[in-house]
Amino acid sequence: MAQFDLNDDSLVVIVGSGAGGGTLGNELAQKGIKTVILEAGSRNETSDFVNDEWESFAQLAWTDMRTTSGSWRVARDFANLPAWIVKSVGGSTVHWAGASLRFEPHEFQIKSTYGGLDGANLLDWPITRAELDPWYEKAEHKMGVTRTNGIPGLPGNNNFKVMEAGARKLGYKEVHTGRMAINSQPRDGRGSCQQIGFCFQGCKSGAKWSTLVSEIPKGEATGNLEVRPDSHVLKIEHDQTGKVTGVVYVDGEGKTQRQKARVVAVAGNSIESPRLLLNSASSMYPDGLANSSGQVGRNYLRHMTGSVYGIFEKPVHMYRGTTMAGIIRDEAVHDPKRGFMGGYEMETISLGIPFMAAFLNPGAWGRTFTASMEAYPRMAGMWLIGEDMPQETNRITLDPVAKDKHGMPVASVHYDDHPNDVAMRDHAYRQGAAIYQAVGATVTLPTTPYPSTHNMGTNRMSEKPRDGVLNKFGQTHDIKNLFVSDGSQFTSGAACNPTLTIVSLAIRQADHIATRMQSRDI
Amino acid sequence: MRVIDPRSRYSRRTFLKGAASAAPAAAIAAGTGLSITDAWAEDGQALTAPQLKTLVKMARDVYPHDFIGDVYYITAIKPWDKKAAGDAAVKAMLVDGVKRLDSDAHDRFKTTYVDVPWEVDRVTLLQGIEHTDFFGKIRADLVVSLYNQHELWPKFGYEGSSAEYGGYINRGFNDIDWLPKV
Repeated sequence: MAQFDLNDDSLVVIVGSGAGGGTLGNELAQKGIKTVILEAGSRNETSDFVNDEWESFAQLAWTDMRTTSGSWRVARDFANLPAWIVKSVGGSTVHWAGASLRFEPHEFQIKSTYGGLDGANLLDWPITRAELDPWYEKAEHKMGVTRTNGIPGLPGNNNFKVMEAGARKLGYKEVHTGRMAINSQPRDGRGSCQQIGFCFQGCKSGAKWSTLVSEIPKGEATGNLEVRPDSHVLKIEHDQTGKVTGVVYVDGEGKTQRQKARVVAVAGNSIESPRLLLNSASSMYPDGLANSSGQVGRNYLRHMTGSVYGIFEKPVHMYRGTTMAGIIRDEAVHDPKRGFMGGYEMETISLGIPFMAAFLNPGAWGRTFTASMEAYPRMAGMWLIGEDMPQETNRITLDPVAKDKHGMPVASVHYDDHPNDVAMRDHAYRQGAAIYQAVGATVTLPTTPYPSTHNMGTNRMSEKPRDGVLNKFGQTHDIKNLFVSDGSQFTSGAACNPTLTIVSLAIRQADHIATRMQSRDI
Repeated sequence: MRVIDPRSRYSRRTFLKGAASAAPAAAIAAGTGLSITDAWAEDGQALTAPQLKTLVKMARDVYPHDFIGDVYYITAIKPWDKKAAGDAAVKAMLVDGVKRLDSDAHDRFKTTYVDVPWEVDRVTLLQGIEHTDFFGKIRADLVVSLYNQHELWPKFGYEGSSAEYGGYINRGFNDIDWLPKV
């Protein structure tokens, strides 16, 4: 396995090993480009994962201090846990559910499609769906997405069957077990799904695609990729010309190290990536790196989310089987007659007893709450995920007071729902409840959003440098050898799960970086 | 459909055979019918027996599940005694919290909190302290320390870890049999 020198300034250094960083690292390594991934978390392998929600949370979740503000309920209930994402090699691809959908064409052009919307900072992406389609194809093939490349869909579990039956009664048409990056049959050296039911806790069978089980080992096998776990990057450095020269990080033994680089790609998730750019401020870049637009950290997106649980007379056992292999797509269209811009998906979800207690209605107690808990085996559940409107004031800033154990200011996450988000959520709650009522639900529970699993938009791509942080390849407008490779690139968030788009952009970005390196442009 | 047997996996017989040393404390006690009175006949490390009993009663009133014995609430509350022994501020918070509950109980019902006979009346007292740090901390801890007891999960129809049994692919992931045909 490769091991590169700290003073090797020919390397591409990637911060983060998730969907963006892990994919970019493998793609570059396959092209013969020497690459180091610095991952803040430890290396937990498939055999280390546990089918236990809290124990797994302690093993995998990013629990370093963050602060919150804004009108979203997460700021009240989970003031220091705005996001449920992973600090471990593989990043949040260890935890993700596997739903792999392409954005709709109009979702790349929301300013043109939705027009003006008070309080929203709408902008078209500098790329179109047609431009991204070839890269989506590569990503679907790489990840083994069901219902693409001739791969059959996953079988539906009990939770799906309930949702499907209700959806059909309501007349919904596009209802199936999803496009999932989970093997429905053996493929790419990995087995098929065993219906374990702990997708969020790291897949114990290896059927689910993650950078941990797929991209990273493949990249390492080339001899061109080194992954350094327990390496927390504090700062990106630059020279007098303004080009970045490397990163400062703290290693597993608590020692500060300086890794030189020819190119730096930031892929630390949409909360940590802007934090790192802001924490790297210097006399030349007093507002942080790549921030001449003032947009670093702004337009934070987390999707319009929520859940609906339905309680029935007879058992469902929703926790058995693939957590999110079930989708209704009929509402994922742009139809302003419903009273809001954009659309939403309904996807199956389940939590175990420990997380159901913590997240069903945070802070609630007494018999109303415990009656719901006692109905657990008779519950079916769906997650609502829709496009939230970008707002400049929804943003990641550096907390003026709180610092991490290395003395760096922590990220502060501010989020207010836009009225469009609220209108969409109300509609989704009504439809979700109607689906379950159509097949006999006695009670439905419109459940508040969980801490964010989809974090996007804080270093948005833009045609013009004044409107955003990145060009259409994720290269910063301001510094040509500095890239961003995670979901923070998103100009807008679309209605669907972000991972497939992050992976597609990373494959495309690898091509761009390789070409530019070859022409000695970077 | 394959349904879950809600009974405890640990029988009284297992306990008497002495094999129970390997079984979780709550499971042992559940199998033997341990109650609040038996568990805390004597004082804890930092808290008195009446204080501990009040906290356990409060725990049941916060998350009332009539099909589970006191032992699970005791297991959930017990760590507070140790925390209080190691931290004077925690001890003060708990002692003052219990004192406040009892004082409110005396004002309204002329007795201590644990002796207020109806749950609905005790809940009124809890609503009166819902905004306090004491209530907030007890509840936030309890939502984990109660519902994360593995021995409780079968009673809620939850099977826990499944990978070691090969997942649910042959154990009922799609065995629902009552849905209307569409």
